[in-house]
Amino acid sequence: MAARIQVPPQAKRGEPMPVRIIIQHPMETGYRHDEVGHPIKRNVIRELSCRYDGVEVFRADLSSGIAANPYIQFYTVPEASGVLELSWIDDEGVRGSERAPVVVA
Amino acid sequence: MKRREFIAAAASLALAPRLAGAEDNAIAPIDPKDPDVQSVTKGAPIRAGRVKLELPPLADNGNSVAMKLSVESPMTAQDHVRAVHLFSERNPVRHMAAFHLGPKSGRAEIASRIRLAGSQKIIALAEMSDGSFWAGSASVVVTLSACLDES
Repeated sequence: MAARIQVPPQAKRGEPMPVRIIIQHPMETGYRHDEVGHPIKRNVIRELSCRYDGVEVFRADLSSGIAANPYIQFYTVPEASGVLELSWIDDEGVRGSERAPVVVA
Repeated sequence: MKRREFIAAAASLALAPRLAGAEDNAIAPIDPKDPDVQSVTKGAPIRAGRVKLELPPLADNGNSVAMKLSVESPMTAQDHVRAVHLFSERNPVRHMAAFHLGPKSGRAEIASRIRLAGSQKIIALAEMSDGSFWAGSASVVVTLSACLDES
């Protein structure tokens, strides 16, 4: 699963910083059928969490109500330079993660 | 009765039902007795306000609709938004998403793209650190629903 995180090139200490993530994932709803009529199993990213230097700063429980290739933007306040790590798990148990360094001025 | 008084009285009468309507709107845009909602609120009352949900008024395609929500909160350790839940009126999965925030969020603002099975009202329900619940909503007309059956 490919994913991309976008953070500002330089963050200000104590100021909310936007974090954007987009993950390549079908977010299969479980309501569709394939060409021969068999139902396609639901497979969505169930949980997405964001850790900053090991401390959880954001978590989202998702469902089929989130569009394919989920895009989420949220905010976090960095107190010092560090590494932002986003990790997620889908219904098939496939885990993914992506890191982004954050430079605090 | 003078003409001026009559006009004032007539105007207040004409405005009266509209004012009552405005008060109705102050009631939360979501049914607190809904089992999906109660699984989140545990029966706590829901108030209208503080939550702003932005959706386009018209979406051509329900498969991906831009959504932005924000909650008025100082986001300090004492007073912050604990979580924001997104509810749909018509989707097969009514509880669309839950976003868990905290004082480290700094700003209670989330943007994403959602799937909509038809024109409906979407409700954002915020859970505050003091245990109170606030709701905001937005209506969207969807021309082409996200496919529920084979297409």
